[in-house]
Amino acid sequence: MYRVNKYSVLLALFLGFTSSLSASTDAPQGDKKAEIKAYIAHHLLDSYDFSLTSYTDDQGQHHYIGFPLPVILWDDGLKIFSSSKFHHGESVAEVGGNYYAIDHNKIYKTDAEGTIKYDDQNHATNIKPLDFSLTKSVFMILVTCTLMFFLFRGLARSYGSNKGIAQGAGRFFEPIVLYIRDEIAIPNIGEKHYRRYMSYLLTIFFFIWFLNIFGLTPFGVNVTGNIAITFSLALLTFLITNFTGNKNYWKHIFWMPGVPVPMKIILAPIELLGVFIKPFSLLIRLYANMQAGHIVLMSLIGLMFIFKSWLGSTLSFGLAFAISLIEVLVALLQAYIFTMLSALYFGFAVEEHHDEAH
Amino acid sequence: MEKLLEEFSLGLFVWQSLAFVILLFLLKKYAWKPILDAVNEREQGIRSALESAEKAKRDLENLQSDNEKLLKEAHIERDAMLKEARDMKNKMIEEAKEEARTEASKLMQQAQQAIITEKQTAIADLKSQVALLSIDIAQKVLQAELSNDNKQELYVESLLKDAKIN
Repeated sequence: MYRVNKYSVLLALFLGFTSSLSASTDAPQGDKKAEIKAYIAHHLLDSYDFSLTSYTDDQGQHHYIGFPLPVILWDDGLKIFSSSKFHHGESVAEVGGNYYAIDHNKIYKTDAEGTIKYDDQNHATNIKPLDFSLTKSVFMILVTCTLMFFLFRGLARSYGSNKGIAQGAGRFFEPIVLYIRDEIAIPNIGEKHYRRYMSYLLTIFFFIWFLNIFGLTPFGVNVTGNIAITFSLALLTFLITNFTGNKNYWKHIFWMPGVPVPMKIILAPIELLGVFIKPFSLLIRLYANMQAGHIVLMSLIGLMFIFKSWLGSTLSFGLAFAISLIEVLVALLQAYIFTMLSALYFGFAVEEHHDEAH
Repeated sequence: MEKLLEEFSLGLFVWQSLAFVILLFLLKKYAWKPILDAVNEREQGIRSALESAEKAKRDLENLQSDNEKLLKEAHIERDAMLKEARDMKNKMIEEAKEEARTEASKLMQQAQQAIITEKQTAIADLKSQVALLSIDIAQKVLQAELSNDNKQELYVESLLKDAKIN
């Protein structure tokens, strides 16, 4: 039953992608490649509205199916308006006498015509207002947060109402919670300190996992493949590691025990650099994995429309199917790795002093 | 790197951090703590249940061995009692036999004694009877013998003859 459900989800995924790509199948071959490339690049970026699909009608008019999201700007006062004013980046939005336009997925302040000036490196030189818009990614984050809150509160409540035995979806998630406790937190952090970090580890694992999985749906929200998101997550791990670090942890960084003094001096800057490299590797790993997964998967799907022959398209379909299966695994694996490494760093931070030299 | 920096969106970063930290605290309060507590409690419950089951098993085993010991003791006691009873019976029979034997011999002795006494009495009686009878007969003979004076004198003479003065 579960298996069938999984495949039907995957199938829906393909139908979703393919339907949004089949926007203009009668365009010339060269245009098609460029279009697919642009589509992938566009998909990987955040967006100001939640579009499910788009199509071109007989008059060559582009139609979008989806819903707009609120744009929140700080530009001499708070400006809140619907992203529908931009008409998917095609027009200039006028708010309280100011004009804004979207260029390369960023909002710039412009004149009434929406002119955007570029410098010699092709960077827009217009003023960029502080942008706190509820973008597609933010929307998905909020959806995920809400989902997680109700899901796990439900699990917590089911214990009370069912004499300590999980009910419903909790039966699926409880072993995962226990796995994180018994296989990730306790072995890496130790029996004594692991409790302090459990909430963070559980939250980050499910948060990344759910967002990764949502990234595989036809809505194609590439949230965990966004550098701002992974930076925020890695920053939290960094802060928690260093704020909970004990004396032993700092001693290992600045004055490594068990090595001669010259080595201590050489090791100190390396170790200090390591403090920053560790979370940085978390940031890049998650970002690059999710980004690459999306690019590969979408390129393979795009190939189906370029080949346009039953053999080539079938082959790329098979390949895309295999890759998306792998992506389901990668979604879980990346969440696991992020959690595992965070736990490992926390373990370093609270490691008790022991006499055995390193 | 430049592309990454360009891609970096401050707004998204702020929203993400805010949403995540709020989620973290909400989940900590309403989900993770109760879940982990419940799971811990359940594990403790299972552990103590297993322990008490083990203890009950041990108790039962102890009880069984106690029972066996008791049974064995009872058997030994019964055997001892039976043996004692048997011994007592044998002893009683023996004693009774002994007593009967002594009683019988005593009775025999008494009877013999009595017989001897009776015999002696009878003999004595017989003797006296015979003496009386002899005297009677002698008297009668003498009376008949000495019915005339002649004979009397003759007899006295004979007697006197016998009776010599020493």
